[in-house]
Amino acid sequence: MNAFIDFITGPMVWISFLIFFAGVFIRVFRLAQEANSKEKFMFSYFSWKYSLRSIFAWLVPFLPASTRQSPVFWGISYLFHLLLFMVPIFLLSHIVLLEESLGWSWISLNDSIADVLTVLVILALVFFAVRRLNVPEVKFLTRSSDYLFILIVALPFLTGFLAYHQFFFYRTMVIIHILTGELMLILIPFTRFFHMFLAPISRAYTGSEFGNVRQARDW
Amino acid sequence: MQDSTIENKDSVKTDVIDEAVERGLERLTPERIAGVINQVLAKETGARFKTYIDTCMRCGLCADACSFFLSNDRDPKFSPAAKVKQTLTEMLEKRGNVSKDFLKNMVRIAHTECNVCKRCSMYCPFGIDIAYMMLTVRRICHKLEITPLYIQDTVNSHSATMNQMWVKEDEWIDTLQWQEEDAREEFEDLRIPLDKDGADIMYSVIAPEPKFQAGLIYQTAVIMHAAGVNWTMPSNPGWDNSNMAMFTGDFEISGRLAKAHYEAAADLHVNRIVMGECGHAFRSVYDVGNRWAGWRMPPIELVHAIDFFHELLTTGRIKVKEKYKKSVTLHDPCNVSRGRGLHDKAREVVNLLCDNFIEMTPNKEHNFCCGAGGGVINCGPPYKTTRMINNRVKKEQLEQTGAEVLIAPCHNCHSGLEDITHHYGVDMEIKFFGDIIYEVMEKTIYQGGV
Repeated sequence: MNAFIDFITGPMVWISFLIFFAGVFIRVFRLAQEANSKEKFMFSYFSWKYSLRSIFAWLVPFLPASTRQSPVFWGISYLFHLLLFMVPIFLLSHIVLLEESLGWSWISLNDSIADVLTVLVILALVFFAVRRLNVPEVKFLTRSSDYLFILIVALPFLTGFLAYHQFFFYRTMVIIHILTGELMLILIPFTRFFHMFLAPISRAYTGSEFGNVRQARDW
Repeated sequence: MQDSTIENKDSVKTDVIDEAVERGLERLTPERIAGVINQVLAKETGARFKTYIDTCMRCGLCADACSFFLSNDRDPKFSPAAKVKQTLTEMLEKRGNVSKDFLKNMVRIAHTECNVCKRCSMYCPFGIDIAYMMLTVRRICHKLEITPLYIQDTVNSHSATMNQMWVKEDEWIDTLQWQEEDAREEFEDLRIPLDKDGADIMYSVIAPEPKFQAGLIYQTAVIMHAAGVNWTMPSNPGWDNSNMAMFTGDFEISGRLAKAHYEAAADLHVNRIVMGECGHAFRSVYDVGNRWAGWRMPPIELVHAIDFFHELLTTGRIKVKEKYKKSVTLHDPCNVSRGRGLHDKAREVVNLLCDNFIEMTPNKEHNFCCGAGGGVINCGPPYKTTRMINNRVKKEQLEQTGAEVLIAPCHNCHSGLEDITHHYGVDMEIKFFGDIIYEVMEKTIYQGGV
């Protein structure tokens, strides 16, 4: 058992990161290659100025009209995406592990704050699931895999929360926590999670077309 | 009458019979269907299409952007992403092995339930261009030869005559000379100069103007003459800037049209092209057809009427005798506001001409399409009833302004808005900027330095 834990906290972490980075690199590279061979014209319309203008406009909460039209969804969505990265990166126990193995460290979140933020992430995911079940236009578009994505994101947060409080099956919780965390990382390049990288790219192109050609705002 | 139409909207929509679609479907075999679909999806699309398909998180935020969705009481089938789901997603998943019933629905969705107005790109967090996706569906319809009858006839006219209304060359020239003659009642030396080499401006119109709205050419001639503009119009094909082929996925014809238009201008050695008050035509030569013909941006400066009128009014070439008194509101045509950012100039023009301007909301880049755009109105009478149901939001928007006059600087918008005001009984007169300028301008010739 200890050997298994050593594996998932050691080599498997490296493997997961390797698959993640290699997967992201290969996908972005192939995308650029395909654009270059079939739709080269896109590069001539691309503009850093208007790409960044569009991306920044959409990063400012409640600047785009769409975000003002659905403030509850957007409020939760902005917060969720922020916390999704912030909580694991600034969690004290993660930083301690990293310092023990690599000697790296940075500022950490107070544990009780991190605890509350974890609950917020889980609640946001519950909100997304409930929204998929209840809002007709979202329900019409939803597929079973969308719930699976929500579950995959929820598991590391839920098990992390349970393990921290040591409510029950501490060891099992830690193992599931590590495994699902790694699973999520591995899945990013091969699933819809990849919107993490594609969204800024498609926003940038739309921003470029709107700014450069149509001379209009796109938010 | 109106209520019963809305109650039965589902049956109204499925009962539409379009002869060209029916006959086209009869000719198709499963092999041809799959062959065409897979050819277009595999060969004619690339990284952009894949990114859009793979990035959509099915969040449904695009729904609130779509006037079809809002006009149909938030029916989930009408959200932009739902239109992709009901067409492209299924074709991709079934590898092109779809039924004729599926194709029939697909034609209806892509051709009559989307104005390709791009409003949803502004509500999608990722900026997914669903208009492009729907145009890809129309490309498939085109290659399967199941394009709706009326719009296909227009494309046939483009193909045979290089104008959209089967206007013959002698009819074109004759109409211009007739308008010139009439306008000479106001200015005795007025000309509509044909093929004047080296003129400053080539003026281009869409074929419905000579066909049945020749008065608009008359008004333009008076404005040009009074402003002392050195202008011309080509007698050869290329005078028509309209383009329905770009809306049916017939990109080859679409590109030919833009090319003919710019070549006409190049042959006349003009400095720039000014075009009449039309939106889709602007999109065609500014954003679409030029790309197919290999020009990143227009090879000759292209000026939309709104921009041109703004120039004439602010430089004093046209003087306003007395401002227009009736209350007016402005409809922003998608293709020149979201398509070219001319909405602010349009407002300045309104304020230079009119005393009482009432804003319509939402407006500018966030305007709702007139409901006729993107080739939807051109699908013709079979779809008129459903179009009226689908345009309810626009009608509500018009009513809320309470204005007496609606300015719509676009031909397509004009026709669509007229249908809406007639169908719903909205008491509103619809005008072009040209109509108002003609009414309020000083009929004297500009004498300043050229």
